[in-house]
Amino acid sequence: MSDSILYTILSLSALGAISAIILYFVSRKFKVYEDPKIGHVEEVLPSTNCGGCGFPGCRAFAEAAVNKNDLSELHCPVGGNEVMKQVAEILGLEVEERDPYVAVVRCSGSVEYRKKINNYDGASNCTIAANLYSGDTGCAYGCVGLGECVDACQFDAMYMDEKTGLPVVIEDKCTACNACVTTCPKEIMELWPQGRRNRKIFVGCVNTDKGGAARKVCEVACSGCAKCSDVCKYDAITIENNLANIDPELCKLCRKCVDVCDVHNIIAVNFPPKKERPPKKDKAPVKKEEIDIIGMVKKDQEKKDEA
Amino acid sequence: MLKLLNHLKTFPQGGVHPDDNKLSANSTIEEIPLPKIVYIPISQHIGAPAKPLVERGNTVKAGQIIAVHEGFVSANIHASVSGKVGKVEEVMDSSGFKKTAIAIRVKGNEWEEGIDLTPNLIKEIKLEKKEIVEKIMEMGVVGQGGAAFPSHVKLSVPEGKSADHLIVNGVECEPYLTADHRLMLEKPEELLVGTQILMKSLGVENAIIGIENNKKDAIKLLKAKCKNYPGIKVASLKVQYPQGGEKQLIKALLNREVPPAGLPIDVGCVVHNVGTTYSVYQAVQKNKPLIERVVTVTGKALEKPSNFWVRVGTPVNHIIEAAGGLPENTGKVVSGGPMMGKALADITVPIAKATSGILIIPEYEAKRAQEYNCIRCGKCVEACPMGLEPFHMMLLAKKGFYEKAKEDNIMDCIECGSCSFECPSNRPIVDYMRLGKIMVKKLKD
Repeated sequence: MSDSILYTILSLSALGAISAIILYFVSRKFKVYEDPKIGHVEEVLPSTNCGGCGFPGCRAFAEAAVNKNDLSELHCPVGGNEVMKQVAEILGLEVEERDPYVAVVRCSGSVEYRKKINNYDGASNCTIAANLYSGDTGCAYGCVGLGECVDACQFDAMYMDEKTGLPVVIEDKCTACNACVTTCPKEIMELWPQGRRNRKIFVGCVNTDKGGAARKVCEVACSGCAKCSDVCKYDAITIENNLANIDPELCKLCRKCVDVCDVHNIIAVNFPPKKERPPKKDKAPVKKEEIDIIGMVKKDQEKKDEA
Repeated sequence: MLKLLNHLKTFPQGGVHPDDNKLSANSTIEEIPLPKIVYIPISQHIGAPAKPLVERGNTVKAGQIIAVHEGFVSANIHASVSGKVGKVEEVMDSSGFKKTAIAIRVKGNEWEEGIDLTPNLIKEIKLEKKEIVEKIMEMGVVGQGGAAFPSHVKLSVPEGKSADHLIVNGVECEPYLTADHRLMLEKPEELLVGTQILMKSLGVENAIIGIENNKKDAIKLLKAKCKNYPGIKVASLKVQYPQGGEKQLIKALLNREVPPAGLPIDVGCVVHNVGTTYSVYQAVQKNKPLIERVVTVTGKALEKPSNFWVRVGTPVNHIIEAAGGLPENTGKVVSGGPMMGKALADITVPIAKATSGILIIPEYEAKRAQEYNCIRCGKCVEACPMGLEPFHMMLLAKKGFYEKAKEDNIMDCIECGSCSFECPSNRPIVDYMRLGKIMVKKLKD
């Protein structure tokens, strides 16, 4: 009885020992060297695997960072500057600080402003709808409203506002991973610099139709009237294809353009409400008006001359 | 034995049997009064849009060229009415997108010189092989089955390939539509001469006119007439959707299979629709460009389902008026048939060269039913005429696995809609197949 137990133990131990020796040599033979830094870098990355950096997942980003040994072209938008600093520390490299970005919705054509002219009854997917026809409102540029961007967001940073029918970005949660931007078939999502104190000014429209046609289908469409670019002192606003575009790098957040926009579609985010200025004296405004009229007439004439 | 004799040809794989609903099969093709204004899109065909030749204020006659083809895969556009050219601007067309169109305010009914408008039949084909293709190109003839592929491209057989059969597609497998059916009944001789012209230009000796067995009168008539035309045969086919698809029709008639991403010419066939064949006759024998076609206006609630001769560019609402006006309970107005047609976003859009019908669907039939989960019943797989697995590909497209979908040959999908038609869970399968195809095309770029 005791013999059989002994034999069993002995044979199993022998088997184990032989296997251990084989495994030892096999592992030596087929060993794949991996830079331990890759693991360290991966640990500090946010592990969201969102693809916002342009690589398929955090692991691939870590590999790229270690192999390239250069961080100038790499950036983890989710972790931001803090994580990039840690990565740089591990690799013993320098990294430039980048301005944080946040996604903005460049369409203000809510249900109220952009009336439906037909009912879409197909699959609930923006890309399918956008490729099928120009949309259930007259505007071929604006939000489709089926919420594909919300589905694409992995950070719960977006939701569809039922009242307006437009997506809303929750800035605190947005990591600027670019998922909504690449998903949107109408290209109305855009990454925008977060700005000083989270303040930013952008045009809430991407319609490049001529003014009349654009305004016909949407009450708040940008007609490219150039009032905003005329008032901007910093040349931050350009009008191209009947559409105003604000360059966030040149914009000094003075909000002059916001006031002149006829359709109130230059959107200023996170600004305190404007203080009401004390009413001006009686004479001053009259003069101003005169000057304005003369100026306008002159401008008109100049335009005519140019034409 | 009788059963064996009656065995009709069809394609072997997949297919569905929707209700026929050919409401306008017995109404003759009528002329309708001209509209006040027509909008002629410069892109009514697959390929590059034509380049406009006229400007606002020009006077044009019907049949005059107003936009010239750009490149080989493109087609000329002719004025379909006489009058004054209005704005050349972007208007919504039947595809649902805004595209450049030339507006013409109708004045009188003058025709360009040199166009033979008499109903006389001209049997003798004077032109040579190459001249025929050039003539067809000049007259802007495009395929009228739905895809609007320029006909001269199909007739220019690439080097190294040769055709041995011409197939004339008179299947009209879409429910409701009767435009081709009526054309076969009313213009049989013209069709047969048109077939001969196409045969001559391709250098083939055999032509088969494929007609589904629900058009017995057309089969009988053409069978009797084609005895005088050597080489042309009429084949009656079992009723099954989508038999009008090129690949399905070739399989049914000749038992040849077009390879994936291939063209019918790869198996020695060229397929032309009967509408196209008639236009070829008009172009070559009568010098008349493609500016007029048969359009079926139909629908269960419509007062008078009809077939009309419609000038290209006529607004859809004009021909609906001619058929008794838009019924009150209209849910959808579809350009084309119920299976592959596209709902119109606006009923003022113009009729294009490839618009075969306008279908008015009442409200109670127009809405899509509630969508449920896939139960893996496999009905879509059975129904798919291309032998694909639609339920699987829909999920791949939905989840973004476009590379995998490409491997599984999603590009073979002909978007016939048989899968969605059969699905007991009312899933929008064909919508997602389309999405997959769009994304796979983007992958290539």
